[in-house]
Amino acid sequence: MSRWLPKIYLTLVYVLLYLPILVLVVFSFNGSRTGYRWGGLSLEWYESLFNNHAMVQAMWNSLWLALAAATVSTIIGALTALALHRYRFRGKRMLRGMLFVVMMSPEIVLAISLLALFLLVGLQLGFVSLLLAHVTFCLPFVVITVMARLSGFDESLPEAARDLGANDFTMTRTVLIPVIMPALLAGWLLGFTLSLDDVVVSTFVSGPSYEILPLRIYSMVRVGLKPEVNALGTLLLLFSLTMLMLSQWILTRSK
Amino acid sequence: MHRVLQQPFKTAVLVLVWGWLLLLVLTPNLLVVGASVMTRDPGTFLSLPLNLDSYRQLFDPLYLDVFLNSLYMAAVTTIFCLLIGYPFAWALSGLGKQRQTLLIFLMIVPFWTNSLVRTYALKLLLATNGLINNALMGMGLIDEPLKMLYTEGAVIVGLVYLLLPFMILPLYSVFDDLRQELLMASHDLGAGKLSTFLHVTIPLTLPGVLAGVMLVLLPAMGLFFVADILGGSRNLLVGNVIKNQFLDARDWPFGAAASILLTVAMAVLLLAHRLSQRRLGEEAQT
Amino acid sequence: MKEALLCLKNVSKAFDGKTVLDSLDLDILDGEFITLLGPSGCGKTTLLRLMAGFELPDTGSVTLSGHDITHAAPEHRPLNTVFQNYALFPHMSVYDNVGYGLKMEKRPKDEIRQRVSDVLAMVQLQDFARRKPHQLSGGQQQRVAIARAVVKRPQLLLLDEPLSALDYKLRRTMQVELKRLQRELGITFVFVTHDQEEALSMSDRVVVLKDGEIQQLGTPREIYERPANLFTARFVGETNLFPGYLAAVNDRAITLDILGLRRTLQKPAFTVREGEQVNVLLRPEDIRVLAPEDDHGLAGKVVERNYKGSTLDSVIHLEDGTEVLASEFFDEDDPTFDYRLGEPVRVSWVDGWEWLLPVEPEPVNEEAEGLAADA
Repeated sequence: MSRWLPKIYLTLVYVLLYLPILVLVVFSFNGSRTGYRWGGLSLEWYESLFNNHAMVQAMWNSLWLALAAATVSTIIGALTALALHRYRFRGKRMLRGMLFVVMMSPEIVLAISLLALFLLVGLQLGFVSLLLAHVTFCLPFVVITVMARLSGFDESLPEAARDLGANDFTMTRTVLIPVIMPALLAGWLLGFTLSLDDVVVSTFVSGPSYEILPLRIYSMVRVGLKPEVNALGTLLLLFSLTMLMLSQWILTRSK
Repeated sequence: MHRVLQQPFKTAVLVLVWGWLLLLVLTPNLLVVGASVMTRDPGTFLSLPLNLDSYRQLFDPLYLDVFLNSLYMAAVTTIFCLLIGYPFAWALSGLGKQRQTLLIFLMIVPFWTNSLVRTYALKLLLATNGLINNALMGMGLIDEPLKMLYTEGAVIVGLVYLLLPFMILPLYSVFDDLRQELLMASHDLGAGKLSTFLHVTIPLTLPGVLAGVMLVLLPAMGLFFVADILGGSRNLLVGNVIKNQFLDARDWPFGAAASILLTVAMAVLLLAHRLSQRRLGEEAQT
Repeated sequence: MKEALLCLKNVSKAFDGKTVLDSLDLDILDGEFITLLGPSGCGKTTLLRLMAGFELPDTGSVTLSGHDITHAAPEHRPLNTVFQNYALFPHMSVYDNVGYGLKMEKRPKDEIRQRVSDVLAMVQLQDFARRKPHQLSGGQQQRVAIARAVVKRPQLLLLDEPLSALDYKLRRTMQVELKRLQRELGITFVFVTHDQEEALSMSDRVVVLKDGEIQQLGTPREIYERPANLFTARFVGETNLFPGYLAAVNDRAITLDILGLRRTLQKPAFTVREGEQVNVLLRPEDIRVLAPEDDHGLAGKVVERNYKGSTLDSVIHLEDGTEVLASEFFDEDDPTFDYRLGEPVRVSWVDGWEWLLPVEPEPVNEEAEGLAADA
């Protein structure tokens, strides 16, 4: 009995965790208009989703934003992690501390502070403000992901490369980056998802010129039920699952 | 470490990251502190004179109620997450390595799915004519649908649902590190299951508990959209208050003061976490 | 053969104010196998890293075949390193690892292929070229690391405790292998180790280091049989130390009183005066254990017997409390060879096998110091 108890417990938690998602997926194929009762299989909501021009536009906007935010934060984050790992400099502890605080601080605190900044300097709220904000909250996650990989990194690898005739730049290109590639990928993916998922910060720093998906969803789900959201949610789930599998595949292949 | 540094590269990286953090983290936060001591102004958002009115306003019974209620909901959320997550992490760490990896992967998948969509999915279940009520009525257990949506309970369910992985992951990592030999050593030295748990497991997993609490408690006060979608207009979080002050009521000083309240809460939790880690570090040395 | 290839002059290095190397001079001769030997923290690895260019000296100069390379970057030095943990690039195959250095020299592809397969054949890994490092055993990884360093035909090969990660048997095999390689390639080897046995068996010359200073530089035989000071004597092998009182000093000979035992010996190289003390050093294998009725030797009793296979090691307590270590080869014809614990014996040695050192001011016991720092 006591051998089974943990397993039963784990199963139960996973059922509860996945039940809402399962319901969402099933109901995305629901033909009924009322939303709660089963009205037969239908792709109606997917159709209406793709016919919704504003929605499709928001999807693309979100995708571009996530791509840009993930890429920029991976570049800056990876460089920062390298600097923290390799160099000694004044204020190193403070830099680490600051990144940690950014990671732990409630999103809403970051959101209003950035809003205040953007209004003060007169930056038009839109893609740029969103990008700056998203990179800021993704940055610490990329840094810790890459740092974790670097901490298990054999210090003599860069030296071996130098010893064999590579200069600092060639060493970085041929040894350092390939070895930390899995971490870069993981960091990028994390940034991409965080950006795609963000509601809190985006609510404050986005403007009418650049509407993104989470805000579009938010305005839809605040009141009542919108079956299109089921379809959209299913697609997003499928998308993130594909991304995750892809990354897992790349990681296992690179080993 | 490398003594032969590429100085320009190092300088460029440090300038970049420090520049980013100073410009987009430090400056904005100083602005918020500044805003909190200024006076509300309908036209320009803020004006002089400087005063502490907005901090006084935090203790206005109307808002104090909201804050205390938000704190209460966040605390209940945290406790539920801990009650579910602690045995979960323990059970998980007892499985084979490969199965652990798979289950952790399954734990992360929902986290990679849009949180708004997941909150919305809960609505499908909890609504008056939603699935749970339909099922219960179908089974004849209840005659009238239960009111679950737009209650405090619904908000807490939503918060637990969204934040559970943030409790489980740090707990799992400490359980994973909790070396099996330590537990065996404890048994070997004559401790029973219960006293091993009390004297070895709990102290050693405490940093994980605190990290989890930190990752759950603070967002549980800030995730305004959960209260918006599942709580209706009544069950507000601190996050909702801040959002309303900034985007609707345009009372920036008060919104800023409320956000500083959250920052202070974070500082307290960070300190507690640090102390617990330091205590373990010292114990390891003696 | 006798020309200096690499010269270090007056080299000092400190980390965070702590001196690691103290104005050190060392000439490494062309074609020799030289070992830097010393306990951890003695500066041997730092010395090697200075040669490789991973560290720059605070003072002094490093010259290679007459060229000053003190400040040259590692990639510009015609010498290569075999790292302690091999430092094989995990994302590259064995072939790519070995070819890396040649690729950096921008050699033509055909030449790279030829040289890599030659060197892989030399370390008997020609069939493993496509493998990744993690698919190899420790010994094979070690060979790849060596192949990767020697494929560039460096003037000097630096080896940083390359065998420390291997188990005892494999280490023995690799020691022989390395010696063979060094002979075949004719490259100068600078080898770092803390294992004195390894140092003695492999090297042409050994540098004994302590606290960033050279204690002794000499052939393995000189180091072992004629240690320059007490540290070297104790670090390289086991040593028995007896106090010797100079009872008489003549032109050529001296008379020593060693715990009551009178011996007349040849005068040592350092100056001695009547009435002073000297240290008398004897290796355990130089000690003879005699029957108690024997009329010469120091009386004591056996307190420990350890069977070591080819030798029998005993610990003997002398009457004044001094402990003596004796290591004797089996003599199966000798019926009195084996002693029981507690049995009274006498210890002695053949005149001329002892080594005399002046009495040094005894430094604070390092182990005790270390313990104090930990507490």
